[in-house]
Amino acid sequence: MAEHSEEHGQAYYVKIWGILLVLLIVSILGPVLAPHLEFGFLKAWMITLITAFGIAVVKAYLVAANFMHLNIEKRYISYMLGTMVVLMLLFFAGVAPDVMKHEGENWENVAAEAEIERALAAQADESHDEHDGEHDAEH
Amino acid sequence: MSMTKPIATTRSATGIPTGKLAVWWVVGSEIVIFGGLLAAYIMHRLGHPEWAEYASHTNPWFGGFNTFVLLTSSLFAVLAHYAAEHGDGKRAAKWLMGTAAGGLIFICIKAVEWSIEISHGYTITANGFWSFYYTAAGIHALHVIAGCIIMLIIANDARKGKELHRVELIGIYWHFVDIVWIFLFPLLYIAK
Repeated sequence: MAEHSEEHGQAYYVKIWGILLVLLIVSILGPVLAPHLEFGFLKAWMITLITAFGIAVVKAYLVAANFMHLNIEKRYISYMLGTMVVLMLLFFAGVAPDVMKHEGENWENVAAEAEIERALAAQADESHDEHDGEHDAEH
Repeated sequence: MSMTKPIATTRSATGIPTGKLAVWWVVGSEIVIFGGLLAAYIMHRLGHPEWAEYASHTNPWFGGFNTFVLLTSSLFAVLAHYAAEHGDGKRAAKWLMGTAAGGLIFICIKAVEWSIEISHGYTITANGFWSFYYTAAGIHALHVIAGCIIMLIIANDARKGKELHRVELIGIYWHFVDIVWIFLFPLLYIAK
């Protein structure tokens, strides 16, 4: 197909790769610089979310469309793959409430609550020890 | 030994060559496998505030460099496809070898990274975060290894100008493995 080759020459693929690398750098630097970039309603966690996960979606799209050629593949394939993604979201929607919440009206996940409490206490102890260590070193 | 192709290999009911269609279905089922694993990880991560501290011990430079390696190997895979499409089997084989080399570098970096982490006591049984970390990255690494092996077999055929259409098929699989890593990277290394 002549059109095909014109549209997707080797230089075209290298260009897509270049864009992917720029996006990769942004996704690494974004969360690092996030605390310094905050202004107004734009909080650090939003910058992290956008640069880390927003960009991951863009990168995945670029690879799927241009390298896997989903943009010129039969529609049927995109629908099939989309269905699989929807199944994944369905699984998340069904199971996540049980995992993310630790108590409801008639139930309580005692084990999860106990583990969170234990782990956070252990982490707090550890960071205390580290600070004590720093003080000892100063003296 | 005569090699007659099965009828299913040569016919096409959907307008997509059968081999390619099969690879797309493999990718479809892989979305559910990795998607389920990642969805389970995300819900646990959000429900367990103590995981943030565990996650802070992963090294984003290892993960970032490995992302670079996989993205570059994906470029090689698509260039192999380009060469195969133009009937240049030798060139396609060379690019495929480059892609497989990328996979090998990826695995070597993973080995170093894991050795360091395990020696610091971050093992698969350390806590929930590390269990997910080794399971997700481990299953992904198995896909990389399997992809490399298949790629070398296809490169060997392509070199002789045989079965050139398969170059595209292994490419589709490889790009998918790349996409999985694109999501694993921020989930395991960046969000802290």
